[in-house]
Order: sequence, then C-alpha cells, then structure tokens
Amino acid sequence: MRYLPLTDDDRAAMLARIGVDSIDALFADIPAAQRLTDLVDLPKARSEMEVERLLGRMAARNMPASAQPFFVGCGAYKHHVPASVDHLIQRSEFLTSYTPYQPEIAQGTLQYLFEFQTQVAALTGMDVANASMYDGSTSAGEAVLMAHRVTKRRKAALSGGLHPHYAEVIRTLSHMAGDTVVTLAPDMQAREDVAAAIDGDTSCVVVQTPDIFGNLRDLTKIAEAAHAKGALLIAVFTEAVSLGLVQPPGAMGADIVVGEGQSIGNGLNFGGPYVGLFATRRSYVRQMPGRLAGETVDAEGKRGFVLTLSTREQHIRREKATSNICTNSGLCALAFTIHMTLLGEAGLKRLAAINHANACDLAERLDGVKGVEILNPTFFNEFTIRTPNTAFAVLEGMHRRGVIGGVRVSRLLPKAGLDDLIIVANTEVNSDEDRGAYVEALKASL
Amino acid sequence: MSMNTQGRPSTPGETASRGARKTFTGNRALDMEEPLIFEIGRTEVTGVDLAPPKPVKTRLGAMARTAPIDLPGLTEPEAMRHYVRLSRNNYAIDAGLYPLGSCTMKHNPRLNEKMARLPGFGDVHPLQPQATCQGALELIHELGRWLCELTGMASVAMSPRAGAHGELAGMMAIKAAIAAKGEAATRTVALVPDSAHGTNPATAALIGFSVKPVPAAEDGTVRAEAVKAALGPDVAAIMLTNPNTCGLFEPQIVEIAAAVREAGAYFYCDGANFNAIVGKTKPGDLGVDAMHINLHKTFSTPHGGGGPGAGPVVLSKRLAPFAPVPFVRKEGERFALVEHAEGAQSLGRVAAFHGQMGMFVRAFAYMLSHGADGMRQASEDAVLSANYIRASLVDLMSAPFGDRPCMHEALFDDSWLKGAGVTTLDFAKAMIDEGYHPMTMYFPLVAHGAMLIEPTESESKASLDLFIATLRDLAMSARRGETERFAGAPYHAPRRRLDETRAAREPVLKWTKPAPRPQARE
Repeated sequence: MRYLPLTDDDRAAMLARIGVDSIDALFADIPAAQRLTDLVDLPKARSEMEVERLLGRMAARNMPASAQPFFVGCGAYKHHVPASVDHLIQRSEFLTSYTPYQPEIAQGTLQYLFEFQTQVAALTGMDVANASMYDGSTSAGEAVLMAHRVTKRRKAALSGGLHPHYAEVIRTLSHMAGDTVVTLAPDMQAREDVAAAIDGDTSCVVVQTPDIFGNLRDLTKIAEAAHAKGALLIAVFTEAVSLGLVQPPGAMGADIVVGEGQSIGNGLNFGGPYVGLFATRRSYVRQMPGRLAGETVDAEGKRGFVLTLSTREQHIRREKATSNICTNSGLCALAFTIHMTLLGEAGLKRLAAINHANACDLAERLDGVKGVEILNPTFFNEFTIRTPNTAFAVLEGMHRRGVIGGVRVSRLLPKAGLDDLIIVANTEVNSDEDRGAYVEALKASL
Repeated sequence: MSMNTQGRPSTPGETASRGARKTFTGNRALDMEEPLIFEIGRTEVTGVDLAPPKPVKTRLGAMARTAPIDLPGLTEPEAMRHYVRLSRNNYAIDAGLYPLGSCTMKHNPRLNEKMARLPGFGDVHPLQPQATCQGALELIHELGRWLCELTGMASVAMSPRAGAHGELAGMMAIKAAIAAKGEAATRTVALVPDSAHGTNPATAALIGFSVKPVPAAEDGTVRAEAVKAALGPDVAAIMLTNPNTCGLFEPQIVEIAAAVREAGAYFYCDGANFNAIVGKTKPGDLGVDAMHINLHKTFSTPHGGGGPGAGPVVLSKRLAPFAPVPFVRKEGERFALVEHAEGAQSLGRVAAFHGQMGMFVRAFAYMLSHGADGMRQASEDAVLSANYIRASLVDLMSAPFGDRPCMHEALFDDSWLKGAGVTTLDFAKAMIDEGYHPMTMYFPLVAHGAMLIEPTESESKASLDLFIATLRDLAMSARRGETERFAGAPYHAPRRRLDETRAAREPVLKWTKPAPRPQARE
C-alpha cells in the first residue's frame, strides 16, 4: 500500500519491542463479539491510476459551470480565481499544517490570519473580524446566538430577503435551543417593514444586502429602529465582491456582519468548502465565536502572532463557551486573503464594477423581452425576473438550448407560490456573447 | 588576457557560532522576516488585470460606496514572495512527524488534491440543475454508503461542515427524537465524562442540555456502573469518545450502550478517534446511536492550518428519521437530492447547500485507494506505532494509567518531571528545537500535565526510531536537570516563546496605520 511505510519486518520488530506476539493483542479491549475477523464488505485497495479513472468517470457526469453560459448564484458565485491562488494554497506548509497551537512554528498561518482579519474588517467597515467560520450560513446562526448573549434576549427577526437556507439554519438552531424566530414573508422588492417586527423582546434583526433577490438595502433606518429598542442589527451578505462597490454594513450601523467569502479566492465546489466571514464592534469581541489571531511579541521583543482570547472557546470554557466551533476554514481563508491581496482596493473596485456593469447590460437587454419583468428596484450583480410560464419550464428550455439561466425561487421556497420567479446572477466570467445567448434562449423558452 | 587561476575559496573558513551574529535585514539566510501586506502593498496596485467595464446606467440607487476601503494590493511576483516566505514559517506534516494527539495528522495523498480539482467536482454549482450534477450526487451517496458500512450504522447525514458541527447535528437528532416521544421537557441532561473534548459539553449546552459529568475510573476508562448511577429519567444522552482521549478503548462500551438504551436515552459517540478502529470493529455493533466522523482526521483531508473539515454524522435506525436535510436518494438509476422535508420528522437544515463536497472527493479518493484491506492496515499500523512509542518511552516517562497497551495515541503525564524544573510546556517547546511539532499537551484534563502522542500510520520505522531517540535524549536531559535546554526553548524557531498574556490583555486583532514617523536625517 503506497501510503503505508511500515514493512512486515518492521511490524514484527515493533511487536517484539512492545512485547506482544500479534497485532490482535493490541486490540484486546474490543469485546470479542464485536471484533471483526473478516474485512468489511467494501472493495480492496486500488492503484492511483484506477482511482483516477473511477473518479474521473464520476466527474464527467457533472457539467462544469465553465462549460456553457452560466448564470447561477444565490449564495455561491462563479468568479475567475488567479492561478497563483491555488498554487500558493497547495504549499505543503499551508496545506498540511494544523491549527496554529504552537505559535513559534506557525507564524505563517497566524500572520495570514491576522492579515485576513484586517481585510475583512476593512471590507465590512467593522472594528474586528475573526479568523473565519465554516461558511456564511453557519456564521449567520452563530451571529444570532451572539446577539442573544449580548442582549440577554432570545428572539430573532429575519428579513424576507434573507437567503432561505440561512433562515433555515437559524430556525433549526433556535428551535433546538428553545429560542424564538420571526420570519418575514419573502420580499422580492425590498418593501418590507423590518422595523415593525422589532419589539422589546427582540435581540436582533437579520437583514441581507444584496438580498437573496438581488436588491440592495439601506440598513441605516433598520439599525436605528433596532437600537431604539435595544436590539442588534445583524447584516448578512453572500456576495463579497459587492463590497467593492456598495456601502459596507459597518457604515450603516450594523452591529454584527456575517457573510460568505467564497466569491473571493474559492471555487464553487458544489457547495463547500467555503469560508464564513464574521465581524463586529470592538465592544462585543469577547462575545464573538471562533478563533482570533492577535499581535504580540516574543521573548526577544520581535513582533509575532498568536491565537488569542481563547477563554471564549470550547477547549477552555467547555459548556460555558461562546460556541462549540473548533475547526475554522483556514485554507479557504488563505485563498480569500491571497486573492484579495492580488486584487487590492483598485482591483476589487474594478472587479465589482465589471460585475455590476454585466448585470446592468443583461437587465437592459431583458427589458426588451416581452412577458419578462425585472422585479428589482436596485441590484449589484444579481436580480430576479418574472416569467409568463413557470420558472421550472423556462429553465429547462434554456438548459436544452445550452444556457444555465439561474435559480428558480421555488427551489429555495417550494411552498411560497413563487413559481414564476428566476434569480439571475452575472459575474465577470459572463461575456457579451453569453448574455446574447441568454436572451435568445430565454425568448425561445417562454 | 589570463585566466584567474586563484578561483574561489572552497573551504568553510572560520566557524564562529551563528547565534550572536546580527544581520542588517534581520534575516538569517533562508530564515526570513516578512512584513505585513499593509506595510508593503499600496491601494492603487493590483495583481489582477481587468479590462474597464462598459459604461452603463448604474442600478445601485443610493447605495454606492462612498468611503475608501483601504486594502493594499500586490503584483503577482510580490504576492508569491510574500506568501512563500510566510509558508516557510510553518511546520507541516510534509516536513516532519506531527504527533498531535487526537488530531490524526496523517499523510495527505496528492492524488486526492488532483481529484478534488477536476472541473466536474471543483467547478460545479450547488444549485445547478440536478440532471447536470448526477456524478456529484452519486459520489455523496457512495461515500455515505462506505461510511455506513465502516461504522455499521443505518444512515448518514453528510451536510455538517466539521467535527463539532457533526456533533451538533447528531445531538440535534437526539433532541428531535426525544421531542417526538414527548419527553422534551423531562429529558434535559447530557452525561459527559471529564476526559471529553471541549466540543462535547459546548455542543450539549448550545442546544439547551445541561451537562452532568461522569467520573472516569482509576484506569482512565468509564465504567458501566458509573454510567448506570448517573442515568435517570432526566437523561437524554451520553456523549462518549471511543477510543477515548486517553488513547484507550472503552472496554465496557457494550454494557454502557445497553444501559443507556434501557434507560430511554441515546448514545452519542465522538468519532474523533475513529482512525484506531476502522475495519476492526463497527460502532453500530457496539450500540452507538450517533457518531460524527472527522473526514480530515480519519480519511485524510488536509487540515489546512485549521480547516476546512467535514463532519458527516452516522445515525442508528432509531435516529435516522430525524436526520437533517438535504440528503441524496437513489431512485432507480437517478440520484435525487432531497432539499426539503416538509411533513417528515427531519430536524431541518444545519448549513447552506449540501456539505463539504471538496472534502468528500478527497476522503473518497483516500478510501478507494486504501480499500477494505488498506484501511484496516492503516488502523493497525497507527495503533502499532503508538504502542511502539509508548513501549520505548515508558521507562523514562510516566504513563498515568500504567504500562498497558493503548490504541492510536500514547498518553504520558508530568509526574516523571516532578522536581526537574521542567514543565510539560518546556518539554514541548524543546521538541521544536529538535525539529518536531510538539504532541498535544495539557489534554486530556484527567492527566496532570498531559502529553498525548499520536504518530499515525504515516511514519516509517526509521522516522519513529529517530523520534523516540530524540524524546529519550530530551527526557534524560530533563532528568539530569539541564533546565536551560528547556526553559528558553525554542531557541531555533522563527520566533522565541510568544507573550500570550499580553496578546489577550490588550488585544490587537488587526493592523492599524502607525502615526507618521519624523523624517530621518542623513
């Protein structure tokens, strides 16, 4: 077996040193009735070539996003990632290291986490950010729990523009913890009155911008309404590139900002692994979940970085911890921070502007399609269209014509009676021709 | 013109010690200092060439960004250098033995990386039509089937994103099952032994269980009597790690499981240490109701500096109906993704989309490569290597639970260091100078000054022998009272010991622009 260095001679010599005559002696604590004597019922070892062939065949049954004009978003976005990003994250020293528990030999990881935290704080307009969470949806769940700790209340109000998966994650967690959640009706045009859902028991309101339907939301008034009643505003985003062009939640009074960082540096990967971004105000940092890298000095006075404020965390605080989270999304955070460093402010702004311009271009072209209506008053790179027949049928028709036209709302919200809505995402990877193909395929599928 | 016959010197020359010599840059040859990107980058620089966008009528409304972001950029060569230099300050499995107990730092085959990057896996969107991702759904289904076969369990929830998240999903399934029986109000206690990972009590508390400890016996294991004494109509579940965090298989686990079931409670098993028993026994046969599997430990997806992980949780028949959505169902030749479970007993959704696909591909490549025979051999080699280390050190270092076989990790405490003036921390830091990552220290809490060594199956005998010789040399040095080798260690790492107290007292969690400095006078 190519991954196992011990030889049979080695094994015999090692058993002799241990002082037992067979490997089974080391497994003697397993009750005899439950000890396996035969191999489990699975195939035997395969060569590298065989595994490659088998998995290659499976991969070939999937259609990569790059293979045709592709307009699917809703929380995961097809962006171009520079080649150097994937090269760097495959450096052994990054890829095959553990959580930086021994800072003297983990400065590489700790320094990039510190840089990542600084970038995320700047991007969101917040004071501090942590070293990443699993993904955007679980970050949103954790943010609600944090708001409960800060306010000592246990009721959350969720905007009707929040990604339905995120809302479901929050509801699952809250239901299990015995907390209350109020979810507003799906809100396609950012018309809902979130403030009206806040009362004296509300710990937080959770509002996404750009929202699931693509609308940009002004959070300023919602923040004021929340603060007036002693509640926090949790702002959510699923498209990190938008922050290059639109107002950051921190500038609009958000108390906690969570989001999905996949867009920057990370591929689609059929939904994971992604990287959760989590930022807040300085005063709440001790209520924050997740790991934090902090600056300090070593015994010779040189600047260095360590994991800090770990008295919040489960391995120290156990049942009194702020969260049960242990693993973060280190390598995806690395991909994020490298891509962000390559972009820089100038690159990020331009990338965001291209995304917006492409979406505007498609919207303009769709204005001329009879029977199709764009619902959004505003958007960044994603918007919602209403079609005369069901979204399911339209998307099937477009697929037959070689265009993946978006996500039908009924897939995310099956019982909302929104069967004629499609959410359409446009990024820098969509060319002029792609958009032309979109319009033609759509017309032919109506 | 004549040749220079003098040539260049070919002897080493003077050999003064390097320690005291200061360099102008602060670098020491290959050991380089690297500033922060904020100190070398500029906001107007970019390493990504993008053509200007078409002029369009903006649809941002009043939401256009007004203030600058303050994000520095680097060109590609500068960025490469920055991150390559940073990487060189990290220890890694590829560079050396990484005996971090309970973390299973085994080799990460590069085939797995290659497979995860196939466009058919890496470039597939979670919400594209199901007809266009049948291979991805098949892989999730197959991996799930392999996990059920290896664990002897009825079903598996694939969506949890890491071990602790799988734990959460498993405990939620238990809570949902209890609620379905109408016992939500009465069964509110989770039994957790003191030796448990911190995630166990944290998970239980997160969803409203109160945590009640179960004492371990003198020999580091949990006795059925102790569990029986703690069980009652208020107990919802026990959370037990097996093999436990002392590196021991719980010998009374079957009896414990039966008692838990009889008392109307559920048995959650922390599967962090599954690597010791793959192919040797099935948790389902032991009576487990739910167990998460850290794919990044047992099935070798890279740890990546602290993630991403993946934490599928296998469930017994009586918990299966409560599994979270989504799940993949085989319908004839087609694989269907079930994303909503209205009317069913599913506990709901625990994360967006369908799980850590990138990790699934890597883990499945590992499993296909090893096969039933290779996976069993891997477990046996992991256990053999840990016992080899234990047997080779037990005369010098103290084992808290006596000289007895362990599973995949060997536990020592610090009683052998008593009076030596050397602590577990000092000992660990001295290992760094010898080119090793330290073992897990001060965990589990049930051993004083614990040192938990997990070599995994990835080490050759020569590698194990050098590691053992090194620890023996360090141990004898400590016993001889050579405290200076330990007290200041590490001496040769990129950094000396770091001031963690200072970091926590006045947290500096991001870079801020320093005040302008006065101009230097030449």
